[in-house]
Amino acid sequence: MTDHHDHHAHLTDLEALERCAIHGRATLYPERIKIMVGTATCGNAAGAQEVLDAVREEVEGKHLPYAVAETGCIGWCSQEPLLDVWVPGQPRVTYGRVKAKTVRDILAELPEPKADRALAVMTGDDNPITGRRTSYCNGGDRPEATLNGLPTYAELPLFKRQLRIVMRNCGIVDPSSLEEYAARGGYRALWRALFSLTPREVLQEVQLSGLRGRGGAGFPTGRKWQAVCEATGGPKYIICNADEGDPGAYMDRGVLEGDPHSVIEGMIIGGYTMGAHEGVIYVRDEYPLAVARLSEAILQAQRADLLGKDILGSGFSFNIGITRGAGAFVCGEETALIASIEGRVGEPRPRPPYPAERGLWGKPTCINNVETWATVPVIVQRGGTWLAGIGTPKSKGTKVFSLVGNVTNTALIEVPMGTTLADVVNEIGGGVPAGRVCKAVQTGGPSGGCIPAEQLSLPVDYESLTQAGSIMGSGGMIVMDDRTCMVDIARYFLGFLEDESCGKCFSCRVGTQRMREIVNRISLGQGSEGDLQLLEDLAWLVGETSMCGLGQSAPNPVLTTLRYFRDEYLAHIRDKRCPAKVCKSLITYTIDPVVCNGCGACISPCAGGAITGEKKKLHTIEQAKCTKCGACLEACKFDAVLVN
Amino acid sequence: MLHVESATLDEAFARFDDRRENLIPILQEIQATYSYLPEDILRRVSRKLKVPLPQVYQVATFYRCFSLKPRGKHVVQVCLGTACHVRGGTRILERVETETGLSDVGTSPDLEFVVETVRCLGCCGLAPVMRVDRDVYASLEQAKVKRLLDRYRSGQRGRAARKGASGD
Repeated sequence: MTDHHDHHAHLTDLEALERCAIHGRATLYPERIKIMVGTATCGNAAGAQEVLDAVREEVEGKHLPYAVAETGCIGWCSQEPLLDVWVPGQPRVTYGRVKAKTVRDILAELPEPKADRALAVMTGDDNPITGRRTSYCNGGDRPEATLNGLPTYAELPLFKRQLRIVMRNCGIVDPSSLEEYAARGGYRALWRALFSLTPREVLQEVQLSGLRGRGGAGFPTGRKWQAVCEATGGPKYIICNADEGDPGAYMDRGVLEGDPHSVIEGMIIGGYTMGAHEGVIYVRDEYPLAVARLSEAILQAQRADLLGKDILGSGFSFNIGITRGAGAFVCGEETALIASIEGRVGEPRPRPPYPAERGLWGKPTCINNVETWATVPVIVQRGGTWLAGIGTPKSKGTKVFSLVGNVTNTALIEVPMGTTLADVVNEIGGGVPAGRVCKAVQTGGPSGGCIPAEQLSLPVDYESLTQAGSIMGSGGMIVMDDRTCMVDIARYFLGFLEDESCGKCFSCRVGTQRMREIVNRISLGQGSEGDLQLLEDLAWLVGETSMCGLGQSAPNPVLTTLRYFRDEYLAHIRDKRCPAKVCKSLITYTIDPVVCNGCGACISPCAGGAITGEKKKLHTIEQAKCTKCGACLEACKFDAVLVN
Repeated sequence: MLHVESATLDEAFARFDDRRENLIPILQEIQATYSYLPEDILRRVSRKLKVPLPQVYQVATFYRCFSLKPRGKHVVQVCLGTACHVRGGTRILERVETETGLSDVGTSPDLEFVVETVRCLGCCGLAPVMRVDRDVYASLEQAKVKRLLDRYRSGQRGRAARKGASGD
């Protein structure tokens, strides 16, 4: 991470906050060329660290007067690693799928970046905290111009429908810089809350905003806060649930790695409102970089008087600690999470009493999700009615989704509530890859369901998704094309739930196991038609008799696939056929004798050593040895491998 | 046999006080040092924190990140999140198992690798992915697996070989 000078030793007055922001502006929009590399976990996985090293080497080696900075993830996952070049007075130019060896060529073009290598340009950034737009083009007095015909972010289908409130700073600021966060209007809301609003008034704004919990269930945040405000006994606690366990979802990771201060600010405001002096962020163990960036941000906030005793001289004290999860999905459930913080096994307990009355250490506790906390500063700064103006009558504001699976633009996106699934998948996501057909969209993780392609006109809000048999959930949105078998998907989620059930309720522990066995049987071609009724009965039973959300929603993946894709189950049962050609027991791999040209590409990847054939002669697969790994299908460039 | 490095354990104890809530962080520290939780150390933790041994055992076996058996040198975590599943994560897992001589997850016979599945690394946009030690590898194909593991086998890559890969 970039080193930052301790400009913000003590922010004892508004002027100091302003000074901090000025320093931030100097690195955010410097008067010299700036090179940015997105180094969130996903960027790193794609090679961002190598790219960053190459940039530093080039800049230092040639003594170039350029600033080099890291940013979080802007959400354009399919193009990672991303490198951005900002020449003062010009739009910011984004390069995608950058390799260390192309860095030199990109930098060699400066100060006039060329269009042929780049993806798009950002002509300015919008800031929901201030409500203002910072234009990158000569101070904004000139119309925002693009560069050599490159599309602007505002024109790109991936970005044009997005509205970034939670992700306001992701991919813009250096997550290790408190100053840059301040330059974007950060901690202004905390200031406003502490010195201009009473706790009661902050609560009213949150209630007015209509914000609902972003962790999945959608409980009104204002009502939860009110309950904690009214609860007797103390000390009270604030918890940030960053145990992002849903597979296929990484919104929280994006925010924590890209803009950790937004969560911290939200939590301090929550503490002030509810009269709590201690906060805990519970982060999943699988996110080491998020833990590192959060720890750094907390330390900075403490040094700057934004955390600790007598914050900014207001008399209000609040501090935050981090608890690392230990790899248990059920700990995303609030009572299990609390048990885990207390050092016990993460087993949920019956509610009521809700954590608002009896939470951490038996005291009133407010647990909200990462996105919820990150939204709070915007509500305080812009007012609750501002947020309430976005979204649908019952679902306000925006929601971040991880748009992944079989979709062209895999991305982390933020859209107003009420945007239709079709707009998200087809427009923002660019649809399924060419030649494939969209089959379903899975939302809500293992608690959610599969929404069939015919229902993509559904608006994304809490009620609509629930009506379709799925849930909003934390925001994972996995697009599935015609190569996805819905029986296999049901089996996948049941396997997940069977593994992750804490075992406390008999119906969940044994029910998920039995359901998995039945679906497994069907995928092996050994199912009977009676199995479907049995599955439905079991699903109903598990849902009705489990104590926590994990068991109560466990039937959703089964019930939605049964509801919308019953034919596919029947094909497995009656015809012993897997229409998507996924279930291994029901498919065979062969080589098309007409197409195969004997290139040999499939021979070495074959896991079972089942493929034989001389060069330029027809290859064959020995069925007894074939493990159906599909490597030949991946390797063949001539579509000569047939799956039936 | 296990060589108990008391210094490390004492360090862990020194960093956390004896409150029960520190049980999990202390176990995490031990797991990170030894790559598993040795029984004699669990007994010492139990005495130190005054948490009955069965409860320490309960916590140690409930959470996925703990292991009671020694594990291979390199930790291979194949992601089986939904996006990875849809994009062939299971096939990557099978290939990793074949390449390491395993028929299921576990420690390979040559003690080089411990193969695990992980519920989601949060790199879904680049699925399928897997993590070896601290490096995350994206957009995997079966054909790449062998070469990748060989780099670890030969010592070209290893723990902390690539700085900054995970930020610490």
